[in-house]
Amino acid sequence: MASSTLVSRRGPGRPGSRKARRRDADLGRQRTLISPAQLGRPRGKAVYWIVFALVVVAFTLAFLGPLYWMVTGGLKTTQEVVQSPPTAFPSSIHTENYSQAWNVMDLAQLLFNTLYYAFGALAFQLVLDVAAAYSLSKLRPMFGKVILGMMLATLMIPATVLVVPQYLTVLDVPIFERNLLNSPWAIWLPSVTNAFNIFLLKRFFDSIPGELLDAAAIDGASPLRTLRSIILPISRPILGVVSIFAVVGVWKDFLWPMLTLPDPGKQTLNVGIYSLSNGVPTNVLIAALTIASVPTLLIFLLFQRNIMSGLTAGGLKG
Amino acid sequence: MSAPTLSTGKASAPPPGHHPRPTGPDSAREEFVRALRRNISAHGFLIGAVLCFSFFSWYPMVREFLLAFQKTEDGTTTWAGWSNLSYVFNDPAFWQAWRNTLLFTVLALVLGFAVPFVVAVVLNEFRHAQGYLRLLVYLPVMLPPVASVLLFKYFYDPGYGLFNRILEFLHLPAQQWLQDPDTSMLSVVIASTWMNMGGATLIYLAALQGIPGELYEAAELDGAGLLRKIWHVTIPQTRLILSLLLLMQIIATMQVFTEPFLLTNGAGPEGSTTTVVYLIYQYAFNFNNYGGAAALGLLLLVVLAGFSAVYVRLSRSSED
Repeated sequence: MASSTLVSRRGPGRPGSRKARRRDADLGRQRTLISPAQLGRPRGKAVYWIVFALVVVAFTLAFLGPLYWMVTGGLKTTQEVVQSPPTAFPSSIHTENYSQAWNVMDLAQLLFNTLYYAFGALAFQLVLDVAAAYSLSKLRPMFGKVILGMMLATLMIPATVLVVPQYLTVLDVPIFERNLLNSPWAIWLPSVTNAFNIFLLKRFFDSIPGELLDAAAIDGASPLRTLRSIILPISRPILGVVSIFAVVGVWKDFLWPMLTLPDPGKQTLNVGIYSLSNGVPTNVLIAALTIASVPTLLIFLLFQRNIMSGLTAGGLKG
Repeated sequence: MSAPTLSTGKASAPPPGHHPRPTGPDSAREEFVRALRRNISAHGFLIGAVLCFSFFSWYPMVREFLLAFQKTEDGTTTWAGWSNLSYVFNDPAFWQAWRNTLLFTVLALVLGFAVPFVVAVVLNEFRHAQGYLRLLVYLPVMLPPVASVLLFKYFYDPGYGLFNRILEFLHLPAQQWLQDPDTSMLSVVIASTWMNMGGATLIYLAALQGIPGELYEAAELDGAGLLRKIWHVTIPQTRLILSLLLLMQIIATMQVFTEPFLLTNGAGPEGSTTTVVYLIYQYAFNFNNYGGAAALGLLLLVVLAGFSAVYVRLSRSSED
């Protein structure tokens, strides 16, 4: 699947150098900037461990520290959370902040809404974008190249520039004359216009050998059947990547759901918490932030390997 | 199999698995019917996505251009010529927004471009705990933006915030952070870098792992030290990825909205965090001036199109 990665990996080293890299080969990795010999010396070892310890401590503080502060901030009293100097440990544990945040900010509703929008968008993208990429890659209809070109051209238009005309379109969809404001369709349908995902899918489908499909066609399989029983099973890795992009995209979006879902009962987590953030005490707000962070952190910890490799395999979407 | 190069011309070609049949009087007709059926089913697969693109992408693109030259007063829309553009140019907030956006972009590049690269180079040397460190760097990317941004807002508070406490611990003077026009943009950039650096770091790491070890060995034989190895091997070998990410970050940071909007309610002290996209938002949704918003959007589009074009060229060349 070399063609599906922008970050192309160079092939394995030439056989002659293998001996020199035996130590690293044992570890299953290539040698890097610092030579193994240098690291093997006592001085090199000492420097390595000092730098390593410093980096581990600094990273833990920089990336877990704020999360620790968030979780414990939600446990403090209203006075303690805004006390100067702040306390590293809550002097008394107040778990009721969490239940208060859950009830006052109606987090269950916000969470449900966000999941509903995210997985709806995922379903729409998986069906429509996969079908489109399959058609463009394998069925190759008339004007297919033009359509693909027009889809890819949308990548050149900065998303924020289109927000205003897209919003006006949602207010009054031409031909159908519908107002999609406060409706999940306002999230789902525009999410399909993800040219990057179509591009990734098409590039992957292009790499599937045509002989496989020819064999299916000889057996009389319809295009839909071929897609279901040949293309999709082989394409699991790229479908995973596209799914992650789809869900995370909706989960992290802010401006678009703020504009199109103004009804407080229909808002996403991001928008709902933001719009209530000035009306609740700081400790309850921080408890709400903690709760809002749990679902994606759980998903991340469960699927970290797929998510992180999907990020680099999917190229440079970041 | 290589990518199909023909599409329109191929429409009349025999479908896969087609066996040559004896040519008869109606073979041409059969061929035509087959091609037609093939096209109908192929377009059937395409139609859903094409409709979505038409309504929510292509039509808004056209509309953006129209809006920029139209004016709506009392429900009637008329052509406005260049008046929207000249209105936008004469708005004092216009230049300030561009200055702020450029400041944000430059600061975000210094922090958000250099820091992930250095982090990736260091992490790539570690033989231990690499998985843990990668996990840490990527953790903030998975948080909902509202959680990280409001958390940083809490840390930035001059009174009870964590950051002034750290400065105090280091015997440095306390700052007003978001409330001071001189530091507000920097504060936004720090929060934004923390939230977003994970993606770039992982992409750099993948690129670094593709550098053949022999290159470093050869450089060592030539007597190169650590810095020279970075300068002559690491950077040239990752140049393409570096330049792609640089362009992508320029394009993304020039469209910044969420972070300043959540941290400083958009404008910030003395308008010091008003960005171009926030100004577009204000025009459209606070002043109901869609024409002005579209004109401003068009200007942003023109500026970013240059960067996008370079990006597309570079990423094409990377695929060969």
